[in-house]
Amino acid sequence: MKKQKINITIDGIKLAVDEQCSILDAAKKVNIHIPTLCHHEDLCVAGNCRICVVEVEGQRALSASCATPVAEGMVIKTNTAKVRKARKDVAALLVAEHNTQCTTCYRSMNCELQEIAAEYNVDNNTYISLVDPNYTIDRSSWSIEKDDSKCIRCQRCVRTCAELQHVNALTVANKGKEMKISTFLDLPLNEVVCTNCGQCINRCPTGALTERRFYDDLWDAIDDPKKHVVMNTAPSVRVALGEMLGFPVGTRVTGKMVTAMKKIGMDSVLDTDFAADLTIIEEGTELLGRLKKILVEGNKEIKLPMLTSCSPGWIKFIEHMYPNHLGHLSTCKSPQQMFGALAKTYYAEKMGIDPADVVSVAIMPCAAKKFEANRPEMNSSGYQDVDAGLTTRELGYMIRQAGVDFLHLEDSDYDSLMGESTGAGAIFGATGGVMEAALRTVYEVVTGREVPFDNLRIMPVRGTDGIKEASIKLENLLDEWKFLEGVEVKVAVAHGLKNARIIMDQVEAGTSPYHFIEVMACPGGCIGGGGQPIPTNEEIRKKRIEAIYAEDEGMPKRKSHENTEVQKLYKEWLGDVNGHKAHELLHTHYTKRNRY
Amino acid sequence: MNQIQPYVRSLADKYGRERECLLPILQEIVATEHVLSQDAMVEVARELNLSAAEVYGTASFYSFLNTEPYGKYVIRVCKSIVAEMKGKKEIVDKLCDILKIKVGETTPNGKFTLLETNDIGWSDQEPSMLINEKPYTYLTPEKIVQIIAEYQANGKSNNHQQIN
Repeated sequence: MKKQKINITIDGIKLAVDEQCSILDAAKKVNIHIPTLCHHEDLCVAGNCRICVVEVEGQRALSASCATPVAEGMVIKTNTAKVRKARKDVAALLVAEHNTQCTTCYRSMNCELQEIAAEYNVDNNTYISLVDPNYTIDRSSWSIEKDDSKCIRCQRCVRTCAELQHVNALTVANKGKEMKISTFLDLPLNEVVCTNCGQCINRCPTGALTERRFYDDLWDAIDDPKKHVVMNTAPSVRVALGEMLGFPVGTRVTGKMVTAMKKIGMDSVLDTDFAADLTIIEEGTELLGRLKKILVEGNKEIKLPMLTSCSPGWIKFIEHMYPNHLGHLSTCKSPQQMFGALAKTYYAEKMGIDPADVVSVAIMPCAAKKFEANRPEMNSSGYQDVDAGLTTRELGYMIRQAGVDFLHLEDSDYDSLMGESTGAGAIFGATGGVMEAALRTVYEVVTGREVPFDNLRIMPVRGTDGIKEASIKLENLLDEWKFLEGVEVKVAVAHGLKNARIIMDQVEAGTSPYHFIEVMACPGGCIGGGGQPIPTNEEIRKKRIEAIYAEDEGMPKRKSHENTEVQKLYKEWLGDVNGHKAHELLHTHYTKRNRY
Repeated sequence: MNQIQPYVRSLADKYGRERECLLPILQEIVATEHVLSQDAMVEVARELNLSAAEVYGTASFYSFLNTEPYGKYVIRVCKSIVAEMKGKKEIVDKLCDILKIKVGETTPNGKFTLLETNDIGWSDQEPSMLINEKPYTYLTPEKIVQIIAEYQANGKSNNHQQIN
């Protein structure tokens, strides 16, 4: 059936748009800008902030353009005295209930309310301030800070937590002027089912939700001559950091980022991708081990499908929501935690540094990594393995604070040890990347041949579909792996916890057809993580994903098992893959948590 | 497990487990238990496959779904504009004076809780109030003394009004 087109006029421009198109989206098509606050492309319509009002001919009241679908013959005016006055009033009312300490706010210059208030030149004295002078900030969580005095109650965070993540840690409580964004019984964030994914932060239009910042602690460590600061940067940081420092979305700034960190004063700038390669070796071997135990030894204790364990938001989600299925998780630590455990053992030993003086810092696209770094069990080096997890945003601030001219910086290479990486490590940053990296290695281990995909691109696991599936038939295997001959390995990839729930409901029901499943908590994978530059939307995420795959193809090596520093690590220090020392340092266990 | 679990399960069996069944379940819990306890909200969330925050958020929207324990008699004085014009303040002051509590508080013996509420549908007969589910209208400070005295003495108001 042909789609019905609706004819409308906006500001004198005639156009035909699809049925159900909102006035806001129609206006975008003809490059008419309408301000929004509660509206977000990733979320359902709310229509509660009223900043996007427009005039519709024949209607007395103004219409919220985000929530009003077009109708045949509609004549819309977005720029009339009535509209401008209403928007200015709405902005002034929102400002009245907002803590306007903008000069000291973390989101200053990146705040949608600030932008609109400036655009309409709102007078701060039109309405009296309604901010409770006794407000308190919830700093209970390692990952997320909640400051209600800056909240404009647009409920993007609530919709994010419900629609994208199916967690519903946040809710709207009370009504009228008492209405607030709350948790269960308004408990502190560290006591509720929050997964720390930080997706709410990425969608908060103001500074009401932010990550807990640790860069001042890092500056102290840098300034301390006794301390040896080791930084490692996650794969998706290098394709997003540039957005904060003057580059267009999707620019790869790997070399500049390394230079900037050296200029800031880090003692060693290393690559989390190294640990991602290491993860593939450990996790791929674990998967093959599980298959062998089931197929050859008939061990019924072993759980399949095996689930990836790199994403700390996903880990906390499964601990809360499916505590009886933790046996499906790979026991591998995430690359961040593997890196941390090695930084204070292997690295310190090889470099001749007292591990007590090593400060290990991870730059992550993630809010949940902060919680992960502070898990009590993450101390296999004898110290806290990762001293601090900083977000991409925090690194952006540090580079600005240091006065580094990022735009004109020369490139430089990562330091060594633990600075070498492959393209397989790089693609960890995008949904499907861990799976692709694992398949590149596992397939080659059992067959002796490269994966049968053009230029190693395993397309079925790429892209932004919520759940992706693929299967590879294992044939003509090396002798050692003959027990897998003819097995069709079925894999799935899910991103966004909404999709993780679908996958886990299958596992719980015993109907999951897969051997191996990759889950990343954030939409798009780490490139869309809760620590990445704001704003985010599908277009931005796709550009960052493109950049990740370009990074992969620009690498001389694109398979984890070819990483010579990883090979050297096993040979000279760690011993066997999945061996005793590897288990001690690179594997972990999980904690059952309450769902309520 | 605690006894709240079979109770909530029986309510879910009675009303259903769809999202729209949440309110009738919460209403019945408050009607019988006089409070929506933390445990009760958690059990409702579990039965209906919702998050506890969602149950709390819904409950907190409604004035009559209290999550804090109230006294045996909950006095709700109407705070509509008409009530304000007709002398609500004197009524509230009198109640505070007799009960020795402020609005929002419960007497130490657990007998009375004093609250203000939105329009209860008696704006033609303000000032008005509810004690539990029973309305009292055309209130004066003198009437308040009498009504509260009856509750304090008998534990219950004069029955003839209810029969009528």
